[in-house]
Amino acid sequence: MSLSERLHPGLNLAGTDPEGHEAAEETLFGFWIFLMSDLVLFAVLFATYAAMSVQGIAEGPRPAEVFDLTAAFVETLLLLFSSFAFGLAMLEMKYRENRRGVLVWLLITGVLGAAFVGMELHDYYVMITEHAAPPQASGFLSAYYLLTGTHALHVSSGLVWMVIMAVQVAVFGFSTPVKLRLMRLALFWHMLDVVWIGIFTFVYLYGVAS
Amino acid sequence: MNWELIFGQIKWTSFVFAGMIENPSLSEAIASGAGSIAVLGALATVILLTVKGWWVPLWRDWLTSVDHKKVGIMYIAIALVMFARAVIEAALMRAQQLAATEGAGFLSADHFGQLFSTHGTIMIFFVAMPFITGLMNYVMPLQIGARDVSFPLLNAISLMLTMAGAILIMVSLVVGQFSTGGWSAYPPFTGIEFSPGEGVDYWIWAVSLGSIGSTLTGLNFAVTIYKKRCPGMSLFRMPLFTWTTLCTSILMIFAMAPLTAATIMLALDRYAGFHFFTNGDGGNMMNYANLFWLFGHPEVYILILPAFGVWSEVVATFSAKRIYGYTSLVYATMCIAVLSFAVWLHHFFTMGQSANVNAIFGIATMIIGVPTGVKVYDWLLTMVGGRIRFSTPMLYHINFLLTFILGGMTGVLLANPGVDFQVHNTLFLVAHFHNMIIPGVLFGMFAAVQFWFPKVFGFRLHEGLGRASFWCFAPGFLLAFFPLYWLGMMGATRRTYMWSNPDYVPWLALAMLGAGLILAGFALMVTQIVVSVRQRAQLAAPLGDPWDGRALEWSIPSPPPSWNFAVLPQVSSQDPFYEAKKAGIAYRSPAAYEDIEVPRNTATAPLIGLFACAWAFGLVWHIWWLAIVSFVLIWAVVIARSFATDTEETIPAATVKALNEAFLAAARATPGVTRDREMTSDNKGRAHPEALEGRAGTLASGTAVEAL
Repeated sequence: MSLSERLHPGLNLAGTDPEGHEAAEETLFGFWIFLMSDLVLFAVLFATYAAMSVQGIAEGPRPAEVFDLTAAFVETLLLLFSSFAFGLAMLEMKYRENRRGVLVWLLITGVLGAAFVGMELHDYYVMITEHAAPPQASGFLSAYYLLTGTHALHVSSGLVWMVIMAVQVAVFGFSTPVKLRLMRLALFWHMLDVVWIGIFTFVYLYGVAS
Repeated sequence: MNWELIFGQIKWTSFVFAGMIENPSLSEAIASGAGSIAVLGALATVILLTVKGWWVPLWRDWLTSVDHKKVGIMYIAIALVMFARAVIEAALMRAQQLAATEGAGFLSADHFGQLFSTHGTIMIFFVAMPFITGLMNYVMPLQIGARDVSFPLLNAISLMLTMAGAILIMVSLVVGQFSTGGWSAYPPFTGIEFSPGEGVDYWIWAVSLGSIGSTLTGLNFAVTIYKKRCPGMSLFRMPLFTWTTLCTSILMIFAMAPLTAATIMLALDRYAGFHFFTNGDGGNMMNYANLFWLFGHPEVYILILPAFGVWSEVVATFSAKRIYGYTSLVYATMCIAVLSFAVWLHHFFTMGQSANVNAIFGIATMIIGVPTGVKVYDWLLTMVGGRIRFSTPMLYHINFLLTFILGGMTGVLLANPGVDFQVHNTLFLVAHFHNMIIPGVLFGMFAAVQFWFPKVFGFRLHEGLGRASFWCFAPGFLLAFFPLYWLGMMGATRRTYMWSNPDYVPWLALAMLGAGLILAGFALMVTQIVVSVRQRAQLAAPLGDPWDGRALEWSIPSPPPSWNFAVLPQVSSQDPFYEAKKAGIAYRSPAAYEDIEVPRNTATAPLIGLFACAWAFGLVWHIWWLAIVSFVLIWAVVIARSFATDTEETIPAATVKALNEAFLAAARATPGVTRDREMTSDNKGRAHPEALEGRAGTLASGTAVEAL
């Protein structure tokens, strides 16, 4: 097979690092499958939320009464820009193997991601203190906190992973394992965007509109 | 001093022995006895390991190994240990129901509830799952000509997570109580309001550990099959066991997530006062039923498909014939895998859907009978015109065909919602699913053990004892479960510890007799293994091909070297090894050898398993410091591992060459054994292919077979 061939969806190392490119095929394919099973988990949580946001309100507040669209919109921008920054980090890695460049873009990604998590925690705080809407209030809120909380937990573990990768880039440079890990972290990070778009649309926009 | 900070909710009364001291009864005595067996068993293991000096080999050669073959063996060892416990529990339940006709029997209702909950949970998650996973682990990479799975360390981690779950369930014998909510753990009964205490938490965390392990296994095997097949091994040249492994892996990837979601939600309800499945405040248990069976139904196909793969290998090998309808078997497997996601609702026909919804799911359920029927005909037609040897795996296969069809028919009955309303929640249902799982999955695994044992350990199992064991298991199963169909139709509800209906007694007695036979079968199976180990010199078959096998795993020595294949094979047809033997090109020396890279052993997986077990135990007992520390340690191990760089070692080509050439020379020098001498000590694992029978004449001398 020619090395320029795309061996997996997403950023390939073809052209700049033939050896890493070949090593990536199996590992990246495995990670795509992992993401798929992770998405099944999110699908199940979305389905649960879909049912409970209608039928699980009980005596508690309705979606439109507790959601802050402005905050959710800012969070969306933060996460999307962090993904964009990660994309630039990956291009630095692929074409320049430039430690400083990669670390700077990773730092920007991480700061934006951390700001996202911080804002979401603030949302929770406001909901609990001002709207009397903790997860224990109703089935709807239980499902809301689990869905968004699972996403936030994913983002947070992505942040921890990012710190570790920054250390590994500094220590090992761009060895094949480090590159493959960065590529997987990038896929993970982009997947969380996709999930968040689902949450923003279905939970927030649809929740406030209905 | 606040003891709760240190010990959580564990008190001295939590220990099973306290119940015996405070409130002596036969039921408590049995619980204490079981607890004692668990403790003494663990103690005996520790003493044995110390006396024999086996701690170091256990750690160095097994627990830290990432070799798919050793991982597979450890999975099956877990399955057999857990099987011993769960089958004894089953016999106890039968005995209780029989004894409870005149009085209340000897078990308390609560103890009985724990028994059926642990029996079901263990049999599904810690017997059937590790059994099939172990088998797929061992056999699949050999069948596709690979040196290991795609992610060997991940594979070892899956094993250790499963083992952590199994240990947690064993601990529940001694510390505290188990859930009484059955293996499906339906809320709101399993919610905190109706089941306070640690029982349900044991269930939640043991199952969650197993479930995460299985997700990772599915991922690993699917990638292995897609990416690691040897040159020439196109998808439609893969052996059928590999095909079923692929389908099962795909099911695992999709089906385990709903279970994980369900257990997390149940845990949040119990630990943090959420309202997913509670009676009030917007909770809805129907969501649990849907989530659980979104996992639960594919799960039964996760279990049965590998067994179907085993049957396909067994029937072709022992009929000395190419499998009939290979392509149709592949498509049937795929159809079953897809349909398995479209029928989950038949597990709760009676729980309030409209008749139309029930009808759709009833029809979908019946449709699964079609691809399964295709498979049955393919297996039957494989036997037609074959030269059938009635060795133990084949006996299991024929028994499977007869009994599985009956179970399938009662399944079609149950798929009709009208019938289901009559017999749901009765022993009719219990009889049905045991009728599918025992002759299908469990006996499939037993047949697989008989079939592949010589590959794994280099010697055959004692055939006479194998047959004796079969002749206890097969009628034992019929006696133990067919009366339950009658009892179910007479109205005997499931999970009931006493009925006091004299009409039930004869049927219960028959079932008890069957349970006794099953226990005898298990005892004979253990005896068979012990006797075979002792007679391993006579039973030795180191040359790797004792049954005149067809796929690649039979072309290498038994037991295989850690790198499996000295040189990756080149495949040009189905049944590649059989074709090579027929063409006389088996056991040829390869042109050149190369260095082989294999992953080094690592303590990563056992440490993760250990901390995962401690983490779950901390959660069960609300020992928060333990839960937090263990959780941090799990990830600390993962992170530390990511900084390790020296993770592979090289086997020099000279070593590989010396071993492989010695094996090939021995294989060429040994006369092939014909099938009628298969069970004699002549069988050293060098087969005279059935395909050459009558062509090559007698094979008295070593030279006659050298051409092969």
